[in-house]
Amino acid sequence: MADTTVNGITAAQANSLRHGPDERGHFGGWFGGRFVAETLMPLILELDQAYKTAKADPAFQKELAFYLRDYVGRPSPLWFARRMTEELGGAKIYMKREELNHTGSHKLNNVMGQILLARRMGRTRIVAETGAGQHGVATATVCALFGMKCVVYMGATDVERQKPNVFRMRLLGADVVPVTAGAGTLKDAMNEAMRDWVANVADTYFLVGTVAGPHPYPAMVRDFQSIIGTETKAQMQELEGRLPDVVVAAIGGGSNAMGIFHPFLDDASVRLIGVEAAGHGLDSGKTAASIERGKHGVLHGNRTYLLQNADGQIDEAHSISAGLDYPGVGPEHSWLHDIGRAEYVGATDQEALDAFQLCTRTEGIIPALESAHAIAYASKIAPTLPKDTLLVVNISGRGDKDIFTVAEHLGVKL
Amino acid sequence: MSRIAARFKALAAQGRGALIPYLEAFDPDLDTSLALLKAMPAAGADLIEVGVPFSDPSADGPVIQLAARRGLKAGSTLAGVLKMVAAFREGDNETPIILMGYLNPIEAYGYERFCTDAAKAGVDGLIIVDLPPEEADVIEKHTDANGLDIIRLVAPTTTDERLRYVLSHASGFVYYVSITGITGTRTASVEDLSKALPRLRAATTLPVAIGFGIRSPQQAATAASIADGAVVASALLATLAETLDENGQATAQTLPRVLAQIEELAAAVRAAGSGAKAG
Repeated sequence: MADTTVNGITAAQANSLRHGPDERGHFGGWFGGRFVAETLMPLILELDQAYKTAKADPAFQKELAFYLRDYVGRPSPLWFARRMTEELGGAKIYMKREELNHTGSHKLNNVMGQILLARRMGRTRIVAETGAGQHGVATATVCALFGMKCVVYMGATDVERQKPNVFRMRLLGADVVPVTAGAGTLKDAMNEAMRDWVANVADTYFLVGTVAGPHPYPAMVRDFQSIIGTETKAQMQELEGRLPDVVVAAIGGGSNAMGIFHPFLDDASVRLIGVEAAGHGLDSGKTAASIERGKHGVLHGNRTYLLQNADGQIDEAHSISAGLDYPGVGPEHSWLHDIGRAEYVGATDQEALDAFQLCTRTEGIIPALESAHAIAYASKIAPTLPKDTLLVVNISGRGDKDIFTVAEHLGVKL
Repeated sequence: MSRIAARFKALAAQGRGALIPYLEAFDPDLDTSLALLKAMPAAGADLIEVGVPFSDPSADGPVIQLAARRGLKAGSTLAGVLKMVAAFREGDNETPIILMGYLNPIEAYGYERFCTDAAKAGVDGLIIVDLPPEEADVIEKHTDANGLDIIRLVAPTTTDERLRYVLSHASGFVYYVSITGITGTRTASVEDLSKALPRLRAATTLPVAIGFGIRSPQQAATAASIADGAVVASALLATLAETLDENGQATAQTLPRVLAQIEELAAAVRAAGSGAKAG
């Protein structure tokens, strides 16, 4: 609380964009924070302490490194997308292959870190929220690995449109609870997971899947996901002998984007572009573009950009991709937007569908619909950039789970 | 003296605790909820909590969630809730009104403007579920300037050290959340409550009200005699919900049944008298 700050920036932060948040969990003195009921405050503070201790403990880092290598399958390759580059005829496109991780997305990076922390804290029961089911699958996976009880809250609408992942979670031994409140999507699942946590504080660990929620979650999840950017930096150095020029990633809550952005925040030459789900279009009223069409507000434990009405009631988001269908965004993204360090743009459902097919056809990589939003924007700007521009797009997940949705939109009956 | 302080002082002099019923604004419509609010003091409400509907009530159980949804469907806004309180104040200048809700509608309204308008409407205190003292600097200078109390929630999980910190940001009274959980689910035992109260008394001279999970007249009487007040919310909202027709509209049963329940609760609280009081 007694931080000496100037305009919310501490002396340490002044020299770097990578030292946030402050002790209160604030980014730039405003976004983030801890907005939870008193019952949860002591738990949040305990978690903060436990994470600080673990982060500084070489034994914890060593254990995490072991699981990341031998179980998750890291490092993930940085792939030069030759045919897509040729077809688009501009910037040189590289793909960070997070879809090759075990369970098929970047989600396991964070889940692995947090499950090791939960074990250190002596918790035996894990609750998680999930949208597309990628985070739920990753969580159910590590719970199977460590023999822990797992309850996943998932909006009833998402349960319907992501059936393969629901079945996977149940096979893995998780109890998948459909949430019918609201529109039955990620925001409602988040509410229900918080209610479970507050009712089961003694044995339960809330394993948040994105860079949102009360502090320390946004910073902790970012730290666990930063391995994406750290590897990308080293791999690009090896392949091209320099930094990339542009990094593009999709944003729902924003964990894959924060993970690949964070190691580059102080490299001013690197353009960072977050692609939100514009849904039917940014001005259609059916969108999930929280930064571009939202306002500052408080939900799910943090202050950030939110889709909301004039009375502060939270709007339902819309996206073809269940993983991006959320009316908020991680608070660090809100801050990076406001200080202009990262650009935030939108890709529509249709653009994502087109990019899904482009990537599949030219690279033999079926991307998740979430990642397809990043590919859509990358393929839009690549032709406008010089051929020596190095553009990295984060392929945050694989698209097997989405083939039913895509088939339906293409009018194909499976 | 604020209405809240005056009311607790008067009740202490009578040697009994307060009954604090809750209603959700605009549930199931403005006219019904305003009529209910106006009739509550005569039915035995000593203070009243008015719930401000929010789209994402993440600390509330199913009963309050549904009430909030009905309120929003009936057109509730924060400005509308303030108007409703102002209408109540035309006929009652003594019963304290506490708004209970979540932060985002207040942040969207604007902190300074909200506190000015709330005080003008006759609101006495605020319970903002998701605003811990750590983040309360955004509103505290405006609540102070307008004489609004910030009622703090204290939970069984709140440590002694944290208790001192939380209470240093509290005014009006202290709301003891008697269970770890969401509203309207479990009920704390008399033993748990009796153990919890001395810890609170040692840390504050403010009156203490107990809430979350109080349903029956007996439970309310016990809580109000161990502490200084009992909050009853979900049990009343559940009764209200039972009286609605298939379209969720109020019926001739709605007001009489909710008010009869408040009368029963009040009778039990009054008969029980007082336990140890804050003084």
